[in-house]
Amino acid sequence: MVTCLGDMFFPEVGVSVTRLLRRLGVTVEFPQGQTCCGQPMFNSGYHAGAARVAARTVELFRDAEHVVVPSGSCAYMVRHEYPALLRDTPARAEAERLAGRTYELSQFLVRVLGKTRFKASVTGRVTYHDSCHLLRGLRESEAPRTLLRNLDGAELVELPGGDECCGFGGSFSVRLPEVSTQILDKKLRNIEATGAACVVACDSGCLMQMGGGLGRRRSKVRPLHLAELLDGDER
Amino acid sequence: MSDTDLSVPFRQRAGSALGDKHLQEALTIATTKFIGLRREAFGEFPEGERLRDMAREIKEATLQHLDRYVDQLIDSVERLGGHVHYATTPEEARRVVLDIAARTGARLAVKSKSMASEEIHLNEALEAAGVIPIETDLGEYIIQLAHERPSHIIAPAIHKTKGQVADLFAKELGRQVAADPEELTRIARVELRQKFLDADLGITGANFAVADSGTVVLVTNEGNGRMVTSLPRVHVAVMGVEKVVPSMTDLMVFLQILAKSATGQKLSVYTTLVRGPRRAGELEGPDEFHLVLLDNGRIRQIAGPLREALYCLRCGACLNVCPVYRQIGGHAYGYTYPGPIGILLTAMLEGPGSVKDLAHASSLCGACADACPVRIDIPRMLVELRREVDEARIASWTERLAYRLMETILASPTLYRWSKPLARLLQRPFARDGRIRSVPLAFGEWTRTRDLPAVARQTFQERWPELQNPTATPGSSTATGEPCDRSRLAPESGHPRPKPDSRHPLQ
Ligand code: SF4
Repeated sequence: MVTCLGDMFFPEVGVSVTRLLRRLGVTVEFPQGQTCCGQPMFNSGYHAGAARVAARTVELFRDAEHVVVPSGSCAYMVRHEYPALLRDTPARAEAERLAGRTYELSQFLVRVLGKTRFKASVTGRVTYHDSCHLLRGLRESEAPRTLLRNLDGAELVELPGGDECCGFGGSFSVRLPEVSTQILDKKLRNIEATGAACVVACDSGCLMQMGGGLGRRRSKVRPLHLAELLDGDER
Repeated sequence: MSDTDLSVPFRQRAGSALGDKHLQEALTIATTKFIGLRREAFGEFPEGERLRDMAREIKEATLQHLDRYVDQLIDSVERLGGHVHYATTPEEARRVVLDIAARTGARLAVKSKSMASEEIHLNEALEAAGVIPIETDLGEYIIQLAHERPSHIIAPAIHKTKGQVADLFAKELGRQVAADPEELTRIARVELRQKFLDADLGITGANFAVADSGTVVLVTNEGNGRMVTSLPRVHVAVMGVEKVVPSMTDLMVFLQILAKSATGQKLSVYTTLVRGPRRAGELEGPDEFHLVLLDNGRIRQIAGPLREALYCLRCGACLNVCPVYRQIGGHAYGYTYPGPIGILLTAMLEGPGSVKDLAHASSLCGACADACPVRIDIPRMLVELRREVDEARIASWTERLAYRLMETILASPTLYRWSKPLARLLQRPFARDGRIRSVPLAFGEWTRTRDLPAVARQTFQERWPELQNPTATPGSSTATGEPCDRSRLAPESGHPRPKPDSRHPLQ
């Protein structure tokens, strides 16, 4: 599942995921007609609209054995919000089935495939930002770290305050842009202090926020999706 | 007392807070300290997680039979010779206290920290009735001198630096005062000592009230709660009705996690248990004891969407970890209760219309729910509130239109597909090297401080046909430029395809 932000702004992430999974022997399919998981509407309170989009998504993935999402918040949405959102609709059973088969990318690699060793596409120090929905929603901090610690070619340095929000929060970032930016500034100061060349995250939203701030500062630090980092030469 | 001006839009109130250097300094120091202390306290306390679950269960079970426990509490307090008053509205609660003050001829009231008394604006009412209220908690004392309101549930003067407090004291006393917390505390103590002795009325809140024993519990650190409850002739405790707990055993569960969540202490310095007025043969205690149970919209929420917010122990942990609170402080929220839980309580007390903007003052990062000792799912209820605001059509028509448009596009793969070339066309004047530095309309809110990635020359969907053939693996050619200096990418080769593990380890 490659959802809106990833599709439109970060297509290279989807390409890396595809390549990575194929290399591990997974048959990758990409059901046509995907748009968005519905989270932007859901989080803003527009639940009828979110349910309409969710019901479509559920249908699209009916035949997939596992559904891999390179975005913690979209994976959280599908796993934890879909069943309740579609509770009173005909899509209910299918939504529950989908929730049980959906994985954020790092979780799929580590916990389903049991693959933890990859070759880094960059060299040097990288630091990791815990996306809120992956960390506190899906309760996952270990899978991405396992992958990063075992990386061949790059070294993980822990980010102080790595578990704190980057200030994205979807519509929050444009409803309260000043607050959002000040939260972001703190995050970026912490990132720059690590001396890392890249900040890695598992969520398009965080990457858009942190990347937007880093770009504006003309910082040397690059935002990088985990998939892109793992997509180095084969071992 | 200066109230936040609610005619100023929330975004602007928040903006002023962001620009306040003193506030920023004070908030950063205090919240960082609180976060560390809390983390340490639970780190050294392996039973913590289980106790949090238990506390939550007790709260839930109590709410299910709240009427029964309230009746039991009333019986118990009356048996001890105390009086219980049930107040449906803030006016009723104020009236009860003013009547007691009038009947007992009170002129001076000492108070220990109480958010419930803030909620009903008791101080102004007392002043208007000719009773002088004196706050005796150091933080409350400071903000009373400054004619302000608390900006944090447990640390009311958290928004002030020690330098500002010293200036405030200097002005009050007409002499130089060092910006030294110990010295400042000593001054406040001296100032307050005589007030305790002179006061006719002692007013407190209550952290808990135990139904089966009639015990009212105050958790404090300064010992002022003890003086307020024992020296004046009359003691009035004002408490939200949901704070009743069934038994002393239940109370112990809460006491073990409350101070840890609030200040990182194992226990607070003072835990004051009050059981009715002074009895024959006792040396200390008031002649009269009154407990005011405040409803003010709480009971209605037992069956409402904000039910879980009634579990709240008012520990303040969710404020300390909230990225928004940490940037804007408490006053910008504009109501008695700030921070994430404050938004829910404001909706409870003032109705959902009052939080039209506040409901969006959260990135939904979940740090609050994680820190909450009773695991209140605050983000979920914020989303619920946003939904209510949507369904009641309180949000602006432009916003509602934008979301309907979003729904229409996202529910139609065809429209979604065509929105991309359209976006590329529209972004052309603004995009350079795959990013947009400035753009009009709603996105302008983004680009004022952040670059916006441009819609890729080829989106993932548009690239899929090319990717579909696994042998024709694309190289590192991406339309938007590769982040970091990547090493060359290996061409795809035929691999055996192990079947992915079909167990679901996350279930
Ligand atoms: S919501 Fe939870 S964390 Fe926040 S004040 Fe209440 S009890 Fe404490």
